[in-house]
Amino acid sequence: MPAEHGPLVIAGVEFASRLLVGTGKFPDPRVMAAALDASGTQLVTAALRRVDLQNPHDPTLSHLDLTKYRLLPNTSGARDADEAVRLARLARAATGNNWIKLEVTPEPTYLLPDPVETLKAAERLVQDGFVVLPYMNADPILARRLADVGCATVMPLAAPIGSARGLRTRDQIEIIIAQATVPVVVDAGLGLPSHAAEAMEMGADAVLVNTAIAIADDPVQMARAFKLAAEAGVLARLAGAAETTAHARASSPLTGFLRNDTP
Amino acid sequence: MIRISINGEAHEISGAATVGELLTLLNVPPANLVVERNGDVVAPGRLAQTPIADGDVIELVRFVGGG
Repeated sequence: MPAEHGPLVIAGVEFASRLLVGTGKFPDPRVMAAALDASGTQLVTAALRRVDLQNPHDPTLSHLDLTKYRLLPNTSGARDADEAVRLARLARAATGNNWIKLEVTPEPTYLLPDPVETLKAAERLVQDGFVVLPYMNADPILARRLADVGCATVMPLAAPIGSARGLRTRDQIEIIIAQATVPVVVDAGLGLPSHAAEAMEMGADAVLVNTAIAIADDPVQMARAFKLAAEAGVLARLAGAAETTAHARASSPLTGFLRNDTP
Repeated sequence: MIRISINGEAHEISGAATVGELLTLLNVPPANLVVERNGDVVAPGRLAQTPIADGDVIELVRFVGGG
């Protein structure tokens, strides 16, 4: 059955674009702004950090036009639920809106999300009125638990953050999508547009990309490539893919060859 | 003069009685900024009315690029 064609809807808000883009690691603010434009995104992530008092005029997001994009602050840097909740409240004060990308990553080598602390924080934040989009490992049971406590999406990782390794968790994400009651946003580790297309072909509702765009030789071109790939994946999903077979299925007629078959 | 902690560092401050005056003193632009005083978020519209006192723990944070 072809899926319904329509916008991505998160907590009642419609997005025509199914590509979320992070704002980290761009070579300069102007390139970032141009890449965001080229990506067609409508939802961009940002992090909260202490102001550097030696250099208080941080230019990183100076070219971010918040009339074009909805800002989705993250809780990156949080090592447990308490730190995540604190960051979320600061972010809410700064943005005036209650959307938060929940990230709890206690160890720096793989930056894998802590499932227990993430669930605890999600519960508290939902009770506090937040729209919670949790970054999580690709665990179908955890996805269900996060949806059950009221998260607006689930955001399973494809591979560790910034690793560019693609859909290493594909089989688990398939189960998450099959069981989903909230939008599934594949986040982290997508290194190529083909990875994003694959996630959308599988039925993901959206993808979130940062590093693969930001550290490309040409971030603007790469942003456009991801935009087209996400759209291609959605169209393929809607079109309904051919089933795979073990043997060939001839595309050309198997009669009328220019030869005389010997009986 | 008061002794306060700003972003984890000890500072001796004179000439600022409110959070708003502190930001001016430190040359920190208020755009895109969030202030936490002793664990509580200071509403952006309340910076000029929020006093600072000896022993305060102040955090000044803002959005930066992130994924």
